[in-house]
Amino acid sequence: MNIVVCVKQIPDPADPGALDADHTLKRDGKLILDESDSYGVEMALQLVDKAGSGEVTLVSMAPNDEVSGLRTALAMGAAKAVLVSDDALKGAGALDTAKVLAAAIKKVEGADLILAATESSDGYTGTVPEQIAAVLDLPSITFAKSVEIADGTVKVQRQTEAGYDECESPLPAVVSVTAGVVEPRYPSFKGIMAAKSKPVETVKVADLGIDGAIVGWSGAGQEIIDVAAAPAREAGEVFEDDGTAAEKIVGFLDGLKVL
Amino acid sequence: MALSKVWVHAEATENGVAPITLEMLAKAREIADVVEVFVGGDGAAVAATVGAHGATKVHATGDLSGKLQGVHVAGALAAAIEGGEAPDLIMLGTTQDGRDIGARLSVKLDKPVLTNNTEIEVGDGIVVSTQIFGGTQIVKTKFAAGSPAIALFRPKSFVAEESGGGAAEVAALAVPDAGAAGAAKLVNRHIEETSGPKLDEAAVVVAGGRGLTEAAKFEMIEELAKLLKGAPGASRAIVDAGWVPYSYQVGQTGKVVKPTVYIAAGISGATQHMVGMKGSKNIIAINKDPEAPIFGIADLGIVGDVHKVLPQLIEALKAR
Repeated sequence: MNIVVCVKQIPDPADPGALDADHTLKRDGKLILDESDSYGVEMALQLVDKAGSGEVTLVSMAPNDEVSGLRTALAMGAAKAVLVSDDALKGAGALDTAKVLAAAIKKVEGADLILAATESSDGYTGTVPEQIAAVLDLPSITFAKSVEIADGTVKVQRQTEAGYDECESPLPAVVSVTAGVVEPRYPSFKGIMAAKSKPVETVKVADLGIDGAIVGWSGAGQEIIDVAAAPAREAGEVFEDDGTAAEKIVGFLDGLKVL
Repeated sequence: MALSKVWVHAEATENGVAPITLEMLAKAREIADVVEVFVGGDGAAVAATVGAHGATKVHATGDLSGKLQGVHVAGALAAAIEGGEAPDLIMLGTTQDGRDIGARLSVKLDKPVLTNNTEIEVGDGIVVSTQIFGGTQIVKTKFAAGSPAIALFRPKSFVAEESGGGAAEVAALAVPDAGAAGAAKLVNRHIEETSGPKLDEAAVVVAGGRGLTEAAKFEMIEELAKLLKGAPGASRAIVDAGWVPYSYQVGQTGKVVKPTVYIAAGISGATQHMVGMKGSKNIIAINKDPEAPIFGIADLGIVGDVHKVLPQLIEALKAR
């Protein structure tokens, strides 16, 4: 069982986000493994373990040859990584990202399953996994809250508004997983040390057979025309609880006539 | 300038047409001369409702018999567009199926799909608005790849309104063979039973987070919601931790709610949560950390222990 996991390296969500002058997300600080992706990495490791053979390969796209997030996933147990890093990708939208990741996935031989998070924590378009499947002409099941593999078939519980759908697909397939699908492991000290020497192949878009002139800003098919502060919501009164909190809340609700 | 034609994705649920569809129809009528819908399923089942909300035609695939929506509905749309039926704009909800269809279609048409929009304007082109950084900033993006533009909208961005129209005409939408890409199948549906008002429709929402410290304490949230004839909700943290099902989740990855009163108990106010509830008319926050970001948007903030405040509040409400 060989599994490719798409991972994103993002600015720490705990830090206040900022945009560069060209309206792209500021990514020049330290990048970390998107927490949403740790679930896909863990899921892949467990599925390979269960199968008894195979390995987990990471595929990522990031500026400045950034690998710190990849090292975290390698420390969890992934075997190797392919990183696409190219200035031509600045301004890339979800569709370009999917095209680039799909081309990088093709470099990985014998992939039975491609896993990704349902959405990244910074861009959260939630379309890239399905777009990757479309580019690769593969079947896909999104929003998985449970994933099992048996006899060349992947069985998925797909999250829905009202509950879940039992879905299945022949392999190879693309599956996007929700947060909470498994409990991601913490990298061990041994894992962290081993990750330092695991192979990370860094490639440019030209190496993937993609024309740099049609991706990034030039290929986005969209133009950001304005970024402005949203109307702020005024904060009201804040009280330290002195035993009268319940009374205050009831009074507030009374005032709104909802009781 | 108005658009000539807009297609809106009609999502059918066990309880009829999804609210997001009717919300988008109201907006579509404002910006286009002709409004039509497409559905991955039975057209007759939605024709009356979407007609009453201004759609004149339903392009329906008919029963997909276990095929997944994304690849097949997108394939059907792409074929119709190639056949010369192209609308100027295709609107879908930021929902599971909406994202799948929009994503597949964007690859088929080699055009971008813009997601999580909360507003759309038509003037010199089609411009959509998206909230970023927890809703503190709004980005406006113009489509620049020709027709049709593909845009996904957050639930509750628009207000649904009937148009008084009659049932929409049903037209067949042919589904081409998707080959290997169409091999995934829906085997069975599971509906989780819920009681009381629905989370995204309730006038009062009582939501709990990590501050409750353990799953069993969520009972306080359920009880309080019941007393207030509202719906219980949850932060992503406790959904991920498995305390409550995903259907309880409020936020970017969960439901968008705009109740009259939102009570956040033991929720710090991560940006991902605030996106889903900052449109509430009144917000009450209870949290022991005075620095919690939720206090920045609360109309009434209580710096206190939810384990003390909630039982007192429940007692006070029961005594009335």
